[in-house]
Amino acid sequence: MTEAAQATGAVALADRHHLDAIPLSSPAANRGLLEVFRRRYVLRLLVKREVQGRYEGSFLGFLWSYINPLSQFFIYWFFMGQLLSRGRFENYPVHMFAGLIIVHFFTETFGAGTRSLVGNKGLIAKMSVPREMFPVATMLVSLWHVAPQILILVGVCLLEGWRPDVVGMLAMVAAILIAMILGTGLALLFSTANVFFRDFGSFVSIMNNYIRFGVPMLYPFSTIANGLPQWAVHLYLCNPVSIAVILFQRAFWLGTTKDPVKQAAATLPDHLAMWTIIGIAISAVVLLIAQRVFLKYENKVPERL
Amino acid sequence: MGTSIKVDHATKVFTKRYHKTFKQMTVAKMRKQKISDTFNAVDDVTFEIQQGESVGLMGLNGSGKSTLLKLINGTMRPDEGSVLTRGRIAGLIATGAGFHPQLTGRENVYLNAAILGMNEKETARKFDEIVDFADIGDFLDTPVGNYSSGMYSRLGFAVAVHVDSDIFLADEVLAVGDKPFKRKCMEKMEEVKASGVTLVYVSHAAASVARMCERVIVLEKGKLGFDGAALDGIRYVKYDDELPVDGKTDESALANDDAMLGADI
Ligand SMILES: Nc1ncnc2c1ncn2[C@@H]1O[C@H](COP(=O)(O)OP(=O)(O)OP(=O)(O)O)[C@@H](O)[C@H]1O
Ligand SMILES: [Mg+2]
Repeated sequence: MTEAAQATGAVALADRHHLDAIPLSSPAANRGLLEVFRRRYVLRLLVKREVQGRYEGSFLGFLWSYINPLSQFFIYWFFMGQLLSRGRFENYPVHMFAGLIIVHFFTETFGAGTRSLVGNKGLIAKMSVPREMFPVATMLVSLWHVAPQILILVGVCLLEGWRPDVVGMLAMVAAILIAMILGTGLALLFSTANVFFRDFGSFVSIMNNYIRFGVPMLYPFSTIANGLPQWAVHLYLCNPVSIAVILFQRAFWLGTTKDPVKQAAATLPDHLAMWTIIGIAISAVVLLIAQRVFLKYENKVPERL
Repeated sequence: MGTSIKVDHATKVFTKRYHKTFKQMTVAKMRKQKISDTFNAVDDVTFEIQQGESVGLMGLNGSGKSTLLKLINGTMRPDEGSVLTRGRIAGLIATGAGFHPQLTGRENVYLNAAILGMNEKETARKFDEIVDFADIGDFLDTPVGNYSSGMYSRLGFAVAVHVDSDIFLADEVLAVGDKPFKRKCMEKMEEVKASGVTLVYVSHAAASVARMCERVIVLEKGKLGFDGAALDGIRYVKYDDELPVDGKTDESALANDDAMLGADI
């Protein structure tokens, strides 16, 4: 082939792809999370693969996303509900299951998200793909697994006389939003850390165990409100996961009680709307900081995998 | 015609050894060793490639060729200097595609194509062509983790070469394929090259470099050792004994298949 022919080829290609209009740019340019949503198609494929891949090689497969929370539910229900506080708290199983759904969603996002960069090293080490994609994809996969659990909860609640209300539905959306934002932020932060020191993966597992007890899931919020000084209660409520759990209980459990107004006053915190806004704000700040840290260190990620 | 790749004083620093555990760190501290030990895998490299040029990238093992390609395709960012490119980049780096071992060949084709910038329709349209080219038989629905290394690289090459790219990076693509496939690859790359795509071709097989490229860049321990005409570059790295005797790069070289295809083995 002659050089002239090749030069013609290059002109034709430049015309066809409008290369004149494309500026020279850095192939590694990173616009952070925005880039993830610009490349929705890749995200969709990754989510699809994760949905299939999370229980890879297991016989029961997708069923594990029911078995895990249900088994936890029965353990907690038996020990906490039946043995320790028998009948003292109205509709304890619903109260706990509502909290469990949010906690399970959050810990799955946090845990699986933390492992997501290391788990996708084959792709990350060789291809230019926005690396935020992987923690975000794990969050969406966890979200996908939450849907059937909510269906179960709604079924139980309907049997208990619950009817949907507008404020309750808003509370549900806010709860999921908080868990999504905070979970993604922490997953971003810890997935990067996990690349440099695998210790962080183990650390996150421990954190996830503590989270179950640090939110009003196994016990009602009133236990905290009545048992701790005011400043400690406020500190407790600054944990966005606590807020999300309380919001979910507001959305589902409250409607199953005999006297919701009285129960709300007795068990839920005052100024729940304000605390919701604070919870969303704290989650958003965590996400922003996480994105900053991620951008700073992700450059070293491919070589350290 | 415009610049396609512009590498400007690019440097990439790697760490040779990490003292990873707490124990290792304290021991290293006490012995007053360095905690980490860095070196420049790509060291102050500057060059420019025009759209449609095909450039051979040569150098000994560990000289930084794959690292330089990773800077060009955006997997890594230079620690100093800059790397700029124009248009869509496709290719294979370090003998093999970025595949997910647990996904089947089919799923990997879609994921890989998506990451390289193709949308669903485009992939679906080219899917049969890709599978035909890779020619891996019934293994399309087997996880690629169970592929032979030849099959793995065939599928990777097939996807990369069917992306309508502006820049094509080929890092030792011929290293593991069998002979018929190597020949098919060469023909396909010539086609790609003729269509005006910028080609960066890494190979230790001098004859194939001589055939594919007009220009050669040689890396020596990360530094730019040579940048100029292909045959001079091949002589520079002392691979010229592999060239067909007359040193020609036209059809007569085709006859000398072994020098060109075999040398990669
Ligand atoms: N992730 C990494 N961390 C530390 N050092 C690395 C890493 N990747 C590569 N290196 C080192 O960088 C140097 C250049 O590696 P590179 O893979 O670019 O060489 P190459 O020219 O492609 O060699 P080959 O011909 O064997 O493919 C080598 O010394 C290698 O050990
Ligand atoms: Mg290499």
